[in-house]
Amino acid sequence: MDVGQMQRQWIDYAKSLFLEGFLDGQFLQLQQLQDENNPDFVVEVVSLFFEDSERLLKDLTFALDQNGVDFKKVDAHVHQLKGSSSSIGAQRVKNACIAFRNFCEEQNTDACLRCLQQVKQEYCLVKNKLETLFRLEQQIVAAGGSIPTELSFSG
Amino acid sequence: MEDERRDKDKHATESDNSRTQLKVLIVDDDKVVRLTHKMLLDRVGVKDHVAVENGKEAVELHNNGQSFDLILMDKDMPVMNGIEATRTLRSMGVSCKIIGVSTSTSNKIYVQEFVEAGLDDFYTKPLTVQILGEILEKIKS
Repeated sequence: MDVGQMQRQWIDYAKSLFLEGFLDGQFLQLQQLQDENNPDFVVEVVSLFFEDSERLLKDLTFALDQNGVDFKKVDAHVHQLKGSSSSIGAQRVKNACIAFRNFCEEQNTDACLRCLQQVKQEYCLVKNKLETLFRLEQQIVAAGGSIPTELSFSG
Repeated sequence: MEDERRDKDKHATESDNSRTQLKVLIVDDDKVVRLTHKMLLDRVGVKDHVAVENGKEAVELHNNGQSFDLILMDKDMPVMNGIEATRTLRSMGVSCKIIGVSTSTSNKIYVQEFVEAGLDDFYTKPLTVQILGEILEKIKS
């Protein structure tokens, strides 16, 4: 595959992530912040997000496993996860967190457990997608090309 | 000098040079947000920025004699939240621009409380280059 083909593949893949709702405009903002002085910014921020999320998901699993669930704590964790997923544009994770918080308010353990599953699922999906995207980027750079900076959408 | 294309902010312009003299404090418990806001500030030309994790650290910085031109204050933080921190800073006589930033916009009462604590303005998280540019323009005028 030549560089041009790889770049087109990257563009198509990136576009699909937006069209399928995995990523939103905030991710584009992050990409725009990346430049020659900070060439790894997006990967760095996303890696931080992965670290934070994994910790929070563990904490949430633990908190919901208790006999007397501390919903305030659960809500605080979900709020944090909502914040960081929103910061990198992980839209589906963010939306799952919003639903989760509603059930925290109702103090509904079963519903919260279902939401946690949903959040974990969305997190795994977006993690895989982003890792694939970054792999494609690495291939382009290794072949001497540059990552396209403009993702234009028709309509 | 008016820069009509200041929204683009791809190159440093005359109006951007004055931004390098601004000092900004980021107050947020989320690492991702702190890093993103730092990058945003770099991009709009602000090189002098400090980030802390909660309101108490922000207050302590001021107690130690530090001052800033702009504070980007998150609302929900452990130890001391943004509402309390803003109130405390104002009561200490801190008069710089404090911009509240938060994801929780659904609860209008909390937003009102935050604004009434002494904010100059409020924006939903995450901030963008454009919004930050607008905020900085307001400071200069």
